[in-house]
Amino acid sequence: MTIWRIVLKSLRQHALSTAVTSISIALAGGLLMAVWSVKEQAQATFTQVDAGFDAVLGARSSKLQLVLNAVFHLEASPANIAWADVLDIQKHPGVELAVPIAMGDNYRGYRIVGTTMEMFTKSEYAPGKRFVVEPPGRMFDPNLREAIVGSFAARKLGLTYGSKFRPYHGLNFNEDEQHEDEYVVVGVLEPSNTPADKVIWIPLAGVQNMSGHSAETATDVSAVLVKLRSVMAGPSLEQLYNKRGNRLTFAWPMGATMAELFNKISWFDRVLALVAVLVAVVAAGSVLASIYNSMNERRRQIAILRALGARRSTIAWTVVLEAIAIATIGSLISYVLYGVILTSAGAVIRAQTGVVLDPLAWHPVLVCAPLGLIGLSAVAGLVPAWKAYQTDVAANLVPTD
Amino acid sequence: MPLLEISGLRKSFVSPDGAKHTVIDVPEFSLADKAQVALSGESGLGKTTFLNLIAGILKPDTGTIRLAGQEVSSLGESARDRLRATTLGYIFQTFNLLPAFTCLENVLLGMSFGPGADHAHAEALLKRVGLGDRLRHYPRQLSTGQQQRVAVARALANRPKLVLADEPTGNLDHANSRAALKLIRDACAENGAALLLVSHDREVLGQFETVLDLATINRATKPAEATV
Repeated sequence: MTIWRIVLKSLRQHALSTAVTSISIALAGGLLMAVWSVKEQAQATFTQVDAGFDAVLGARSSKLQLVLNAVFHLEASPANIAWADVLDIQKHPGVELAVPIAMGDNYRGYRIVGTTMEMFTKSEYAPGKRFVVEPPGRMFDPNLREAIVGSFAARKLGLTYGSKFRPYHGLNFNEDEQHEDEYVVVGVLEPSNTPADKVIWIPLAGVQNMSGHSAETATDVSAVLVKLRSVMAGPSLEQLYNKRGNRLTFAWPMGATMAELFNKISWFDRVLALVAVLVAVVAAGSVLASIYNSMNERRRQIAILRALGARRSTIAWTVVLEAIAIATIGSLISYVLYGVILTSAGAVIRAQTGVVLDPLAWHPVLVCAPLGLIGLSAVAGLVPAWKAYQTDVAANLVPTD
Repeated sequence: MPLLEISGLRKSFVSPDGAKHTVIDVPEFSLADKAQVALSGESGLGKTTFLNLIAGILKPDTGTIRLAGQEVSSLGESARDRLRATTLGYIFQTFNLLPAFTCLENVLLGMSFGPGADHAHAEALLKRVGLGDRLRHYPRQLSTGQQQRVAVARALANRPKLVLADEPTGNLDHANSRAALKLIRDACAENGAALLLVSHDREVLGQFETVLDLATINRATKPAEATV
């Protein structure tokens, strides 16, 4: 109790340096936790999101490009595939569901995806979860120029039930390339926290027959999302399309394809770990510098405490505990910073990919980073503590000011 | 048996030029239980060093200091800290109150290194020295005389057997000096503590029945040498 009383008084006595040092710890902790959490959550989410499908069939290209394009609605489509290929895979005995999608247009930067009703009636974007249209909306009529809009896109574009819009050609927004066709929003999807939230869905024929699109490719699609009857069908289809054929690519399994991406950038993990360690060391160094620089003015107080009977070890402990207290205050503030950074980063990631990060999601870094910083600060506190331990009592009992 | 017995005590310091200067050389000194003794001596005669040796803040080069049955000079550092916290009270010329702590906290802090904080006793002591209405005041909010009284209360907080007072009235005016001295002597008597006070002030020394000249008991007292 006495030690803590001395520590608290000292923190109050050096309020400015306590505040500045705590904030530097908070910045380090918040940054560490946020960067690590964003990385971990992004990796976990990108390798788990599959929109309820097992594979993607598309034109010959890399598996990664196909998955990014067809599932995450990122990247451009490598090329189109013929309708006959869609029919072929739909008839394959190992395939439970094959839903074609066609892309090539946008509305103010939000991708328009043409598809069939099966995307909403037969597929589940997560186990037991299907896309649901918010009241009073309904699914589009495949024969009409109707659209249903993902929740995020609807909010950003201000599209609601009954809104009308004219798509723009291409995947990137160019004001000069607006199509003549006018679509009516007949529904807004409930949030699914998947990339589908940032997409405008229209009937497949709508994209294929959009004014200005080539009539020769009117039956082509960009890709086919495939759900297998059993995982056993995967290797044979991969063999069929990837090994024996040379026109198409069968991206299976999707999670492994995305994991491959993160494996390719695993060096980034190591750089991140190194930066994290450096940030933590610098923050702990600020604790050391802050306390060490105040040791001269503390000498007399230390000498008085010693004259009153305080042991050398007690004095040293108060300094270490002060370092721990500063780091603890900083760590508590770091959670606020973590929340702010993750919410901001989450908003950007969601806007770009539709993937939602959860600031409240548990990850060991949320405990390890603050504890690590507190531990490092305690170690840093040993240096001024040693100086305090060695303070000459007799020489410092007389005021020097 | 005396409360304090000193025999063959020597303490030297090495000056920056490497020369060794003996500051304390006391062959014999003793203080009876509950006695009140003043040591006279001009500045620079090693009065503070002598008190610091008794308090165990400094370790002698040779000699023995026996305080309340304990051989101070042979104790380890922790044991000397413990002795200071339980057996000794120390009143400094500059009071040495901790500025971040209130009057009450300054007294309680002295207790906490010894037998433990006793709020009632601390408050009673501060009331005794006339600061019952200043318990939550910080030292900067007190006059010099009031700060001295807090220092007296702190020195007596652990019911010490011996109170060492180093020029305790050196920073006080004449009126406050007399009052402070009376308070120290009365408070020590009431608490059954012996008092060893050092001063060069004739007015202060005149208040004591027993006054010893440091120059007599300390064979090393050559003012030019004793600069510590």
